[in-house]
Order: sequence, then structure tokens, then C-alpha cells
Amino acid sequence: MEEVRFNVIIIGGGLSGLAAAYTLAEAGQEVLLLEKGDYCGAKNVTGGRMYVSLIRDFFPAIWAKAPLERAIVQEELCLMSPGSSILIRYNDADIASEPYQSYSVCRAKFDKYFAKQAEKKGALITVKKKVDSLVFKDGKVDGVVAGGETLYADVVICCDGALSLFAQQAYLQKPLNPKHFAVGFKEIIELAPETLENRFNLLPGQGAARLYMGDVTEGKFGGGFLYTNKESVSLGLVLGLEALCQEEPRTKAPDLLERFKKRPEVAALIAGGQTAEYSAHVIPEGGYDHLSKLFGDGILVAGDAAGFSINAGITVRGMEYAMFSGYIAAWAAIKAAGTGDYSAESLSVYERMLADSFLMQDFKEYRHVTESLNHKRFFTYYPELAGKIMHGLYAMPNGPKARITPTLRRSVGVRNVPDMLLKDLPKVVKL
Amino acid sequence: MNGGKESLNLKAKLGLNVFKENKNFHISVNPGKENDPRLFYAVLACPAGLYSVNDAGAVELSQDGCLECGTCKIICSDEVLTWRYPDGATGVQFRFG
Repeated sequence: MEEVRFNVIIIGGGLSGLAAAYTLAEAGQEVLLLEKGDYCGAKNVTGGRMYVSLIRDFFPAIWAKAPLERAIVQEELCLMSPGSSILIRYNDADIASEPYQSYSVCRAKFDKYFAKQAEKKGALITVKKKVDSLVFKDGKVDGVVAGGETLYADVVICCDGALSLFAQQAYLQKPLNPKHFAVGFKEIIELAPETLENRFNLLPGQGAARLYMGDVTEGKFGGGFLYTNKESVSLGLVLGLEALCQEEPRTKAPDLLERFKKRPEVAALIAGGQTAEYSAHVIPEGGYDHLSKLFGDGILVAGDAAGFSINAGITVRGMEYAMFSGYIAAWAAIKAAGTGDYSAESLSVYERMLADSFLMQDFKEYRHVTESLNHKRFFTYYPELAGKIMHGLYAMPNGPKARITPTLRRSVGVRNVPDMLLKDLPKVVKL
Repeated sequence: MNGGKESLNLKAKLGLNVFKENKNFHISVNPGKENDPRLFYAVLACPAGLYSVNDAGAVELSQDGCLECGTCKIICSDEVLTWRYPDGATGVQFRFG
């Protein structure tokens, strides 16, 4: 039987895989992308927001008709303590004007659209096809086995997501450690556009992003999020796996989400809404020190599979890194095709190109941010302190009311101050 | 405490998703690992609530409603679980994601 050979086979039709397929096809390479879902996007989950600004220029033709939900023009942060919360709303004319820096997005819609654009460029996309394993020849990755069929390629790009099964098969990634992962889970709750705009103080078509910290996770490492879509909100939680399993109180993940939805501040926002879908996915949060090895003989790794996502507290990013790394992986494969050399040494150009880019600069810059954030005080003490201070200011007692300064002093607790300054300031300055 | 009520709620929530039948079990506990403490972590962490403790105190696993998120695979490790994605064109198919 004649062997079926492509220039490049891509495992997985998420953002990194589709970005690679689009770029390779545009450059005239024969590329096959294999996706196990019914369509690209069928297995893909986001919390909800894509920072488009950094990647817009790499795919200039796709944005005009892309099924993005709402431009995020309003940034909000909600500090929650058990019985109170403080909402900070940030409006900024710069963020709220075109070209918008970020959009809410639903992956099933966006990825399906992006796949269509890649196909128009000439990429071959086969859905409903699960890759079973990599094929090696003389130590070099030479293709994949999918549904009993062997398909060959000069280069395989692993874009199979956070579980990184194929990078592990090629010994590029170590077994995954719960310390370096979080899980995000969310509901899509449908609301009429006008209702949604009224509740968030938005003009027609505009969008808001709201992050929740503190009691929302019962003080565990993580937070809540709400993104406004066109006709729904994405409402969910992200929790560090270790915190979720080991910190008290031990509450089941789905119960935490129900508890979140029942908070009066949240219940008012989703009242009358209909849940349409419930989704979840793990998120790599190991940062720079726990990225996979990015290349080997005949193989490249991109997107979540490589570990390309960053939790920096109030910004959580990954999708733009996925698209950018897919784009760079494609160019590394194109360069290798020019010389006919698909060895690890030749493909190492991928890592060098990434090293010079915003992506690796971000990863180096944010190297210690996630671990700095992973401190109980940030998720319990400070949100509660903020709540106590506000309570002291606003609550009217049945009796004499203290002035502001003594109220503040009592809330903070003088003995805590040196401790906080010494221990937490160095963490804060790393953010 | 009100775990019964919540899990009913959760079943209804999972019922909103599109699932395509997957005849092959894609997650199984490795022989000899049935009492591994990490399985109890999965009871807490599985967003779909598919791990539960039975009357005998052992962890049971159901696969109906699996969101394929990977949480249990990472928490329990490959030592405890054999974890594969469902076959092509089966399992959850997100319409929003």
C-alpha cells in the first residue's frame, strides 16, 4: 500500500492547531489537521476572554467576520468576604476604543469558524478522528496512528491541549503535577442582550469582564469570573487543583459553583437566565519552569500542550499564546521544509523564534507570579479586611458611630501591619 | 450536607450538554489502586461530580456526563487511572465552549 505522507500533521483542532494549519496552508504546505470532536471547537473550553491585540496582525484576514462575542470595554473586580463584597469597576477610554484589546468568546463557535478559514487556505481538516499514538522511525517522529490508519508526516505538531498526551509520548513533557494545574468550570447562562446591558451598565454591543476573589472560592487559590457574551454570560470558577483537594473547607467543585451562583450579588445578575451548557477544563499554570520541551526530531509542541498559559491574578491568558505559538511552529516547519532537515536541531528554530517574542518574554517576566499569588492571605485576609473596613464606614450602628481612623485601625489590627508589610509586599512587587 | 440536592441539580445541568454515546469506558481505576487516597481527591475536584463514595466507603466512578476536562487524570496520576479520551465523534460536544 502506498504511504500517505504530508508535510505536516497537526494533532488537535484548537487555537494553536488551527493557527498552525492556517499559516502552513497559506504558505502552500500540505497539512492535515486531525480533530477528535464532531467539529473543531467541540472539545474546547475557555473561561471567556481572548486578548486579540497581540495576535491580530498574524491573521489579519480572519477578524472582520470572526464570531467574537463582545468587545470588553469595562473591567471589574469583586472582592468577596463571607457576607459582603466590594465591586471595583474600571472604565478606560483607551481600552474602550477600537481596535479593542480583548473580546469575550465561545470556543465552539470561534474554532469552527477559524477551521473554515484554514480550509479555505487549503488545509485538510479531518474531524471525528482521534489520534491514538505517534509513529517513530529511527527515533524521529514520522507520523501518527489515527483510527487504525497510519498517516506519515515530516513534522508532527502536537496541539492536543493541556493534558499533553503526545508530548509525553515523545518524552518532551514529564508526568503532569497537580501543583501546576488549575481547573476552570463554567455555565453559559442565556440572557436577553438588553437585560445584560442594563445589568452591567453597558451600551448596546459592549461587554464587561468581572473577576471575583476571596470567599468565592472559600479562600482557596483561584477565583470566579463572569464574561458577557452576545446573549449570555459565561459564569464560572477557576481553582488550583492542589488547593481544591487539600485545603479546608473541603467542598466539592460543583457545589462551590452553586454557592457562587446563590450569592445575592451574583444571583441578581443571572436572575431569569437559562443555563444552556456546563463545561470544564484543566488549565496549565506551571509557568516558565514547567513548560514542556518544545521540539524534538520531527515534532513540535504548541499551545496548552506546551504549557503556554499564565495566571497573573487579574489577567488570565492563554488563547493568544496558543495562536501565536501555532503560528511560530508553522514557520519553524516551513523553514525545515526549505532545507529538508527535520531534526531536533533544525526545528529548534521554533524555540529561538519564541524566545525573541512577547510570549517567552511574558513567561520569563511572570515566572514567579503565580506562586506569589498562591498565598492564603490574598484569598481570605485581604478581601475580608476590605469588607470589614467598608462595614465600619457604611454600617450605621444602634448607638454612637466611631470616626473613620479608629475604625480603620481596629479593622487592620496594628499588630498585623509589620507582618503584612514584611511578608506580602515582596510578593506584591512581583506582580 | 445537602449533597443530594446539589448532585440532582448537577445531573440536570449536565443534561443540558450534548453527549454522544461512547461505548468504550475511557477512564478506569488501575488494579490494586482502588483505595488510593487520590481517588478521594477526585470526589472533591471532578466538576461533573462523577466520583462518589459508596456505602462501603469506596470511591465509585461513573462516566455519564464526563466533560473530559482532565482534572482526575492529573490529580490521580497515571499510576492510579488509565485515562484515554473517548473515541472520535463520541463524548461531550460543546456548542458554546
